[in-house]
Amino acid sequence: MEAFRVIVSGFGGQGVLLVGQILAYAGMFSGKHVAWIPSYGAEMRGGTANCSVIISEGEISSPLVEKADALLAFNGPSLEKFEPSLREGGLLLMNTSMVTGEPRRRDVRSFGIPANDLADRLGNSRVANIVMLGALAELEPVLSFESIMEAMRMVLPERHHHLLPLNQEALKAGAESIKEGVGV
Amino acid sequence: MKTRLMKGNEAVGEAAVSAGCRHYYGYPITPQNEIPEYLSYRMPEVGGVFIQSESEIAAINMVYGTSSTGARVMTSSSSPGISLKAEGISYLAGSELPAVIVNMMRGGPGLGGIQPAQGDYFQAVKGGGHGDYRVIVLAAASVQELYTFTLLAFDLADRYRNPVMLLGDGLLGQMMEEVEIPQDLGDDNPPGKPWAVTGCRGRGRNIINSLYLDPHKLEAHNRKLQEKYKGIMEREQRFQEHHTEDCELLLVAYGTAARVSRGAVDEARALGIKAGLFRPQTLWPFPNRGLKEAARRARALLVVEMSSGQMVEDVNLGVQCRLPVHFYGRMGGIVPSAGEVLEEIKRIEGGLA
Repeated sequence: MEAFRVIVSGFGGQGVLLVGQILAYAGMFSGKHVAWIPSYGAEMRGGTANCSVIISEGEISSPLVEKADALLAFNGPSLEKFEPSLREGGLLLMNTSMVTGEPRRRDVRSFGIPANDLADRLGNSRVANIVMLGALAELEPVLSFESIMEAMRMVLPERHHHLLPLNQEALKAGAESIKEGVGV
Repeated sequence: MKTRLMKGNEAVGEAAVSAGCRHYYGYPITPQNEIPEYLSYRMPEVGGVFIQSESEIAAINMVYGTSSTGARVMTSSSSPGISLKAEGISYLAGSELPAVIVNMMRGGPGLGGIQPAQGDYFQAVKGGGHGDYRVIVLAAASVQELYTFTLLAFDLADRYRNPVMLLGDGLLGQMMEEVEIPQDLGDDNPPGKPWAVTGCRGRGRNIINSLYLDPHKLEAHNRKLQEKYKGIMEREQRFQEHHTEDCELLLVAYGTAARVSRGAVDEARALGIKAGLFRPQTLWPFPNRGLKEAARRARALLVVEMSSGQMVEDVNLGVQCRLPVHFYGRMGGIVPSAGEVLEEIKRIEGGLA
């Protein structure tokens, strides 16, 4: 694939921008060009947050994502807002722990991941974002698990490195949920 | 060469440190807050000074004072804050003081909004402050260029004893991209500053001033400035071209608008339309020579900006009004999409056929 374009969206505090940064680092570590754009403004915990990431073989012209190859929707409003931005045949990953509605698009590949429930099972609901990332990595081979782990070592401050094994488990849980076809 | 993933604003901060800047003064404003945030901890690490001033006006005058002593110094803000600095910029230019001023533009006029825009072109390029002065204006179009142009800005400022403005926008400031940290950090032998106020033991006094009550002396000072500006216009025009060699429709855009336009040009090429992009990297001096050359086969031009078309008149002058110059722009914080620009390309191309 020449370029891979992702939108990550959810509530502020769900680690949406962080997932985007991990994607960008993973892309860079794989020798690709990357661009990460956050929403910015008067945002806060509980408000909406989103970011877009482009991972590209070639130089990135417009850094804006107009048609996304994948959408990670962490909550209902995100699904509603960004579903139309998916390209035909794109990947729609919904956090079914939070998203109760059904997707309207029939021309995309939809996957439901009960990310918060899976994270709770690991003992820390805050890694729900990494569960979603694991599901994406399972579906999109441009991202290797190794590069994602390397990216997490980069993004997590050293004082949080004891959480790396937990995050690795979360990645795996997300990937497993796709393999097992949970909630598809 | 080391590659780092950086936010545009952080890249400006780190490049300033790499350029040997040890003095930063600024007052917070979105969307450039990561510059002061970054430098608030980075400056102390390298023994530098970070001051969050009480206002933008205070910051630009601290810049004036620091520059007078010969030290490299920077301030940054976003559109409304730059308006407040305008008086100080005129004084810097009048006193021939080197300084780097960063503007991460947002929507205006007035308090406007906080999303990316390019409505400060006139302010940056045509003046902003009073008097017959010029500021060198560098327009970055990527996080990489924010880094390298910050280095360049300090060199140009010292070389010409003149303020340099680095122009970005909210998108470039907030965006993260990979940055190759260059080995070459700029001038190996920056010019000495025998004019600086460093204590006059053993030499005559140096005076930094922009007040000339004798009109003849002030005119002579102005002539000297104009001579300097002529030299800058001669030597410092910078630009980048994309598919201009055979283009019939030449797009002209800078900064974020150029990134979008480049995408539109590639899509147009895929449709067999001979489009190209001319991207000014210096807005003053405007790269007239390069534009004339790039437009030699063109039948029409299309300027794309996140403003009402403030650059159009410079483009018209650049091609000496010999070609039709079209314009497409968005305002208020809307970034045009490559798709929108492509539609405009098709519309103009249809008229040419």
